[in-house]
Amino acid sequence: MAAAAVRSSMGLTLRLSRALPDCSNCPFHRSNGCVSGVSNLQRRGSFDSFRTINRHLQTSKGLYHGEEGRSNAEDPDDVVNVVYVDRSGQRIPVKAKVGDNVMYLAQRHGIELEGSCEASLACSTCHVYVNSSHFDKLAEPDEREDDMLDMAPMLQENSRLGCQIILKPELEGIELTLPKVTRNFYVDGHVPKPH
Amino acid sequence: MSGHKMLFSGLKLWTSGRSRWMSRLPDGCSPKVCIVGSGPAGFYTAQQLIKARQDVEVDIYERLPVPFGLVRFGVAPDHPEVKNVINTFTQTARQSRCSFYGNVDVGTDVSVEELRQAYHAVVLSYGAEGNRTMGVPGEDLAGVHAAKDFVGWYNGLPSCRQLRPDLSSETAVILGQGNVALDVARVLLSPLDILKMTDITQPALEALAESQVRRVLIVGRRGPVQVACTVKEVREMVNLPNARPEMVGADFEGVAEALKDLPRPRKRLTELMLKTALEVPGEKEQQRRSEASHAWGFRFFRSPVEILADPERSRTAGIRLAVNRLEGSGEGARAVLTGEVEDVTCGLVISSIGYKSLPIDPSLPFDSRKAIVLNNMGRVQRAAGLYCSGWLKTGPTGVIATTMNNSFDTARSLVEDMDLGTLDVSVVKPGSQSVAALLEKRGVKPVTFSDWEKIDRVELSRGEAVGKPREKLLTVEEMLQVARS
Repeated sequence: MAAAAVRSSMGLTLRLSRALPDCSNCPFHRSNGCVSGVSNLQRRGSFDSFRTINRHLQTSKGLYHGEEGRSNAEDPDDVVNVVYVDRSGQRIPVKAKVGDNVMYLAQRHGIELEGSCEASLACSTCHVYVNSSHFDKLAEPDEREDDMLDMAPMLQENSRLGCQIILKPELEGIELTLPKVTRNFYVDGHVPKPH
Repeated sequence: MSGHKMLFSGLKLWTSGRSRWMSRLPDGCSPKVCIVGSGPAGFYTAQQLIKARQDVEVDIYERLPVPFGLVRFGVAPDHPEVKNVINTFTQTARQSRCSFYGNVDVGTDVSVEELRQAYHAVVLSYGAEGNRTMGVPGEDLAGVHAAKDFVGWYNGLPSCRQLRPDLSSETAVILGQGNVALDVARVLLSPLDILKMTDITQPALEALAESQVRRVLIVGRRGPVQVACTVKEVREMVNLPNARPEMVGADFEGVAEALKDLPRPRKRLTELMLKTALEVPGEKEQQRRSEASHAWGFRFFRSPVEILADPERSRTAGIRLAVNRLEGSGEGARAVLTGEVEDVTCGLVISSIGYKSLPIDPSLPFDSRKAIVLNNMGRVQRAAGLYCSGWLKTGPTGVIATTMNNSFDTARSLVEDMDLGTLDVSVVKPGSQSVAALLEKRGVKPVTFSDWEKIDRVELSRGEAVGKPREKLLTVEEMLQVARS
């Protein structure tokens, strides 16, 4: 108990003196998507973490981690129509909202897009192809997204990770195609993959 | 096993046709599939089967009391996000049509043949528990370990608990340049402050706290363009606190020129290595490197020839490496001996040259060279009703995403066979009931998924007490004790 009190008061002192960032305004923290911020480490009881908070993650708010955003469901200006093309080639139109995360959106609509690392840029299972007219409207991928994309089978010029695409009005009509990673992939000659 | 299945066990069931009355009964008409191995391959195969057909029931058997295979025992402790996939697997395990039976050793407690009798289909997804050996003299000396065992040691695999690696010498040499080799290097050189916030085991943490290892060489037979690791892992080495890179510039001759023809993933990785090896860093980085107490580096064009022992032949004192040159380029380049050798002083040698699957049953059609079960798209050759997925199917390389696709393919083959009638699922099969009876007779008590969840809760709460995500139980005995409590 005393230890927890010391930790929380130390956290307050450090935040007031601006030695540490204030986590309360960060969307990662609010959506419980932050794994290495101060508050999380305090909760986990890691006293010495203050010196090595961010070894892995960048806290740029451009990165998207964790649950999808929620925007005003009623406002027509918030509607973004997207089309998923599934692995069999079937086109599935989805009426989505500004702020929706393309990976979680797909899952909510029963489209088979896996997200094994849960949007933390540690896998490539949410790999999608973006149609050319919309590809350039997306923000440049973070280096970490590129690193993960490098591990995706059938990488193409228009490949992105679905969990890093957040819908905005400019993306109206975007088409996201799931890569056809079929049995033929192995028939082409097994190439040793990293592990 | 649920109560209502027991209720129906005595009924003789009418099985012809597809009457609605029959399809409501849980027993009898439902296709029953058994999966051997509860790592990513097993769980992803189960997930797809359950999704594809509303009548399939899946039982997953696992040798250890705990599930998840290499996600738990292979993924590095400082890569916790990769382990998030456990949540997906947990959802699958909690489905009513999926059951987990831990602490059951297929091959010893129950045979593959007995499983084939009990189930409509058996999917082998038990991965690769063996090692490729270097095949050089001195490989059995104290101080030499397979990377799989070293990783198993710091990740709490019960069979690796007694490894006691000797971390008392300054230099460690790792053979192999894949991601497992880099994980080992990173764990050997990571600051304790970082490791102690992970789920690395307590004994490993204590051993690493006393470690004298300051320099790690990651050795490969071929050149920079042939490394098997990926850019994320190399970046982590470059950014490792208190460690400086030490590469041999000459190893990179001709590499810059080859860059333009490389596919993107290989190009980005090679660019990073080139930059690290050849570029003069800025002042701040120069400073950081000169103050670093640890060092790491790739050594290229070297093959192990012999592990050299100290005078009493009691332990490793060094390694003799043959110098190679490259013939050809790109993925197909071959290492050719030049005749020169080089000795490197070191007290720890970790061979990270590949895992290897083992045939758990002599009846399995096995390719010993590739160490895989012979199959066509997941269907085991000349064995109706037998399938395979994961590394056992394609060989021991690939990340979770690769295994996922591989498992989905096997599930597709199996579902296709069920849908087309190639696999006859109209025959009644007893499934887990008969296996349970066999196991009970043999004194084997399976661990259910909710038993595992008790183990999970204990590990989580022990971890919380010491500021770690979990504190793993290290022995099968302890795991069973908690499971039965």
